[in-house]
Amino acid sequence: MSGRGGGTPWHLFALLAAAAGLAFALSLAIGPSGFGFKPAGDAGALIFWEIRLPRAVLGTLVGATLGLSGAALQGYLRNPLAEPSLIGVSGGAALGAVLAIHLGLSQVLPLALPVGGLLGAAAALIAVAALAGLRGGPITLILAGLAVSATTTAAISLALNLSPNPFAAIEMVYWMMGSLADRSLTQVWLGAPLMLAGIGVLLLLGRALDALSLGEDAAVSLGIDAKRTRLALIAGIALSVGAATAITGVIGFVGLLVPHALRPWLGHRPGLLLPASLLGGAILVTAADIALRLLEPWADVRIGVFTALFGAPFFLWLVLKTRSELAP
Amino acid sequence: MRLEASGIKVWLKRRAVLNGLDLAADRGQLTAVIGANGAGKTTLLRVLAGLLPAAAGEARLDGRALAAWPRPQLARTLAYLPQERTIHWALSARSVVALGRLPHRALGQGESAADRAAIARAITTMDIGHLAERPVSDMSGGEKARVLMARALAQEPQVLIADEPATGLDPAHQLALFRHFVTFATSGRTVLVALHDLSLAARFCHKIVLVHAGRALAAGPPEEVLTPPQLAAAYGIAAEYRTIDGLPVVLPFDVLP
Repeated sequence: MSGRGGGTPWHLFALLAAAAGLAFALSLAIGPSGFGFKPAGDAGALIFWEIRLPRAVLGTLVGATLGLSGAALQGYLRNPLAEPSLIGVSGGAALGAVLAIHLGLSQVLPLALPVGGLLGAAAALIAVAALAGLRGGPITLILAGLAVSATTTAAISLALNLSPNPFAAIEMVYWMMGSLADRSLTQVWLGAPLMLAGIGVLLLLGRALDALSLGEDAAVSLGIDAKRTRLALIAGIALSVGAATAITGVIGFVGLLVPHALRPWLGHRPGLLLPASLLGGAILVTAADIALRLLEPWADVRIGVFTALFGAPFFLWLVLKTRSELAP
Repeated sequence: MRLEASGIKVWLKRRAVLNGLDLAADRGQLTAVIGANGAGKTTLLRVLAGLLPAAAGEARLDGRALAAWPRPQLARTLAYLPQERTIHWALSARSVVALGRLPHRALGQGESAADRAAIARAITTMDIGHLAERPVSDMSGGEKARVLMARALAQEPQVLIADEPATGLDPAHQLALFRHFVTFATSGRTVLVALHDLSLAARFCHKIVLVHAGRALAAGPPEEVLTPPQLAAAYGIAAEYRTIDGLPVVLPFDVLP
């Protein structure tokens, strides 16, 4: 298999980078008002700058965030079934946004949804960090994430249950499905710095994740700071996934699928998988978004629903594969 | 470098695992820690590798408290091979061995010529050249153990601490491993191993520390430590220390009532 040796498979990274660039360009060029970087009509420039650009930028950034976070979390937990939503931050972001709708804030302030999402993500981060602590292994982090996720799910159900009117309930449900459409450049400006900061923190974890392949004791004896690694992982995922979810809603399965698909091509090395999954996630989300725009009957399908629709069978296959590997 | 422990006490889950243990492992020597299951060998090795703080007493490396060593410098000086042999991903053997070079590489820096040479030497020493490109997930326990040992050797440490490195190895590779430990130690390094094979300990180790109930029951050259009364006290076994063609052998032949 390619990449088994000691070197970095540069050809693979070049290929992924080119594909991500192409997907970004196509996302800018494709839309109902025609193909190209100058959409037709008087509103052409406006369509390009205000509709296509935020959507393309968000697709790339959110995809990169989800792919990278998935790879980082799988590497840290040493479990290929982990997904960024596992640590509860996306649940927190969803709850924050749902509350903004419930309280009617989203009617008054255009940025109430993303800001509510960010606050929710921050609250979830604090709860997870406090519960999981800086010491302790993967299990405590998984349990803390599960506890926070369960709480946010319950609170979201309550908000839906008590929604002031059916329209608010529909808005909440639609928001949670996840979408890249109709996000303004202002929202991009709000989320992009946080996502980039989180991405930067996570990309530095490569060495630690490589060393953790041998277990925590061996990793520490190789000079890895276990506490700093855990803190960076939680903070990096919270910043990037929290901001991504606050702006686009929940887009599932990307963080599970991308690292898993790319792992064999990188000799299963968790450190190299980080930048590769970043690119792979950007490609997958942008391509899925383009596909939704091109396939007419799918135009109203949210991207979160689309990824779930294709991600669920993949997860099923993963479970069956794991089962056959574990079977005697 | 001299690795020493004085008056080490460690409590795990309210149980005193180490209770005032003293030990010294010297440069140029292969030192073995032996003792029954649960005697505290692994805990002791973890303290000496700087992975577990002692509740009382002090572990020192080269005269300096382990806790005072900056972690990156310690990682370039001391290699620790845990008893646990899990490798979490289907990495190739070479990728695993290359992890031993992490402490010697700056962030973002690729493998240098020195790194590659150290990896190649470790692979040759542990006789895993034919496995180098195979994923460790397909390997037997003994093959994995050799790959992990090669990782620790690739670290090129001054001090090597290995927890039961011989377990699961076939006799040929056990002998080869201990011959290598002796060569490695006599070239000016400090080697400390925990093990259960008393004959291997008797034949290859310069010094043996017999751990019982969290203390060093005896310490010294094999013939002074592996005596029937001390083996009876530590393991509850009847055993004999013999020599066959000049080579020492320890034969446990009965469990004492």
